[in-house]
Amino acid sequence: MNTLLTQNDTQRRDRMLTLGAAVIGLGLLFAFDSMFDRFTMQIFKLCAINVILALSLNLINGFTGLFSLGHAGFMAVGAYTCAILSMSPEQKEANFVLQPIMPVLLNVQMPFLPSLLIGGLLAGFIGWVLGVVTLRLRDDYLAIATLGFSEIIRVVLTNAQTITNGSLGLKGLPRFTTMWWAWGSAIVITLFLVLLIKSTYGRAFKSIRDNEIAAEAMGIDVLNMKVLSFTISSALAGIAGGLLAHYLTTIDPKQFIFLKTFDILLIVVLGGIGSITGSIVSAIVVTVLMEALRFLDGPLNLGFMVTNGIPGLRMVFFSALLMIVVIFRQQGLMGTAEFSWNSLARIGLLPKRGQKSGKGVE
Amino acid sequence: MDFQTFLQQFVNALSLGSLYALIAIGYTMVYGILRLINFAHGDVFMVGGYLAFFGISSFLIPWWLAFALAIVLTTAFGVGLERVAYRPLRDSPRISIMISAIGASFLIENLAIVLFDARPKAFPVAEFFAKNYVIGGVYVAGISLLIPIVTAVLLAVLLWIVNRTKTGMAMRAVSTDIDAARLMAIDVNRIVSITFAIGSALAAIGGIMWALKYPRLEPLMGIMPGLKCFIAAVVGGIGSIAGAVLGGLLLGMVELMTVAFLPELTGYKDAFAFILLIVVLLVKPTGLLGKNQGEKV
Repeated sequence: MNTLLTQNDTQRRDRMLTLGAAVIGLGLLFAFDSMFDRFTMQIFKLCAINVILALSLNLINGFTGLFSLGHAGFMAVGAYTCAILSMSPEQKEANFVLQPIMPVLLNVQMPFLPSLLIGGLLAGFIGWVLGVVTLRLRDDYLAIATLGFSEIIRVVLTNAQTITNGSLGLKGLPRFTTMWWAWGSAIVITLFLVLLIKSTYGRAFKSIRDNEIAAEAMGIDVLNMKVLSFTISSALAGIAGGLLAHYLTTIDPKQFIFLKTFDILLIVVLGGIGSITGSIVSAIVVTVLMEALRFLDGPLNLGFMVTNGIPGLRMVFFSALLMIVVIFRQQGLMGTAEFSWNSLARIGLLPKRGQKSGKGVE
Repeated sequence: MDFQTFLQQFVNALSLGSLYALIAIGYTMVYGILRLINFAHGDVFMVGGYLAFFGISSFLIPWWLAFALAIVLTTAFGVGLERVAYRPLRDSPRISIMISAIGASFLIENLAIVLFDARPKAFPVAEFFAKNYVIGGVYVAGISLLIPIVTAVLLAVLLWIVNRTKTGMAMRAVSTDIDAARLMAIDVNRIVSITFAIGSALAAIGGIMWALKYPRLEPLMGIMPGLKCFIAAVVGGIGSIAGAVLGGLLLGMVELMTVAFLPELTGYKDAFAFILLIVVLLVKPTGLLGKNQGEKV
């Protein structure tokens, strides 16, 4: 009876805390929206897009234990699909100067949400096909096949002049990705993934990660689960790509080179492979750091000498950071741990579970 | 298309394919022993090209000496890479090792951008390599003629090492079962280092010959050839040296012949390798010459 009450207490406490945090979070978003200047806002929005990308890569790499390197490709699919579907015919005509766009695509114009979702679905579909083909084989092949796929996508985007405008890219996309769109999508996707990971599917993913053979012996359809996880991950990457396109308002095939995938991998590894909390924190920190460390690329005053600008030093810092984390602290920031109110209680920031009623027993 | 054109394309493809084969061997040997895709192999290849360039252009030493030094230094670089980035993770989950490999590759590329400058550099090509020869109506640059010969000689040496020497026997043992090999008193770390040394030396030679064939150096020049050669190794059957050579030659043929016969597909040239990969994975997942290994429990 006593423990039951305690549990109810904790549950009620957690619910109140969650509600409070949600209200504060919403308040903060409103405050940021009115407070920040345009430049800060751009970075703030980019944080949300990177949160989605990191979460989607973490789903396949962290929770299912498969190594996918095709995120740049899936983003490109989502970005181009969303852009082409949402641009007005006049904008398309203005963009396609070398060769006119395919007539079928010229007059299509949709609002942002359906375009975004179709972009995500298409990326998910391609992920599904790729997964069905390669996931039967050893896991390493997925890494190479997805990497190869993202390169193929780039080659196709560069050459399919009448669909994508080739290497000229698409310019002047409507600036749809407001702070609300970016963070709204990030929050919805985070909630979706939290629920997914807690569901039987999520447990199946984790069991495949931990021991594939044991998972199969427990009656889990390993291949289908892998394909499912990979498909969801690709679809989310596609959605993030669509958001990114309308955030940057200009896209061209060169943006979606393999190095883009690397940026996301960096976030996931630093945050902890297999932790949603870790990915979110790390996405925000890395995005801000990427901007804050821009000074590294410019002239540096080291006290005893002043260097000329060294472009690329910033990325050396990040890649060295990744190597150090992988070699010395593989679990990253969070390992596979997640944030919970109880973990706060454990480190003493909140009253411990059942403390009040515990005294009553004595 | 007449026979003459076909012959010309065939010679070009043979030359490119041999170059692919040389780099693919490095992938296949490392994978055979450690089950690791050495993503940084393409960057070792790039380092080889740059070291030769600096030897000739900055230190003004004769090209043959510069090449020899570049090969030695790149070999040391490859062995050092294994020590720093892969050895500490030998017993970690595979995904950590793969991330380490990708991280190493990215670090080398970014360091190259900082140290070597991102602007492309023109590689000084000695007269001897650039000169065109006409053989039976087919035009061949000196270097293109040299590449298949160098590859064939190196392949013969390599096969001799792997199949006839004690070190080679140890390598084969480690690739069959790393734990059993250790029980047989084989120094696994030494064998892994030797494997990386051989792979990196071949990558350096490949990098130099690539620079002689396409005299333009960039810090990111290793990515594409690296990916394609890994694919060549998979197509041939990863873990098999003969397979890597076969895969490299096949890839060279597919790339150049498709462009020669279907010129409208030229823009898609870089995608052929990946399409070839997916087709082979679908039809014969172990590769052309690969053995079927069951997954160990």
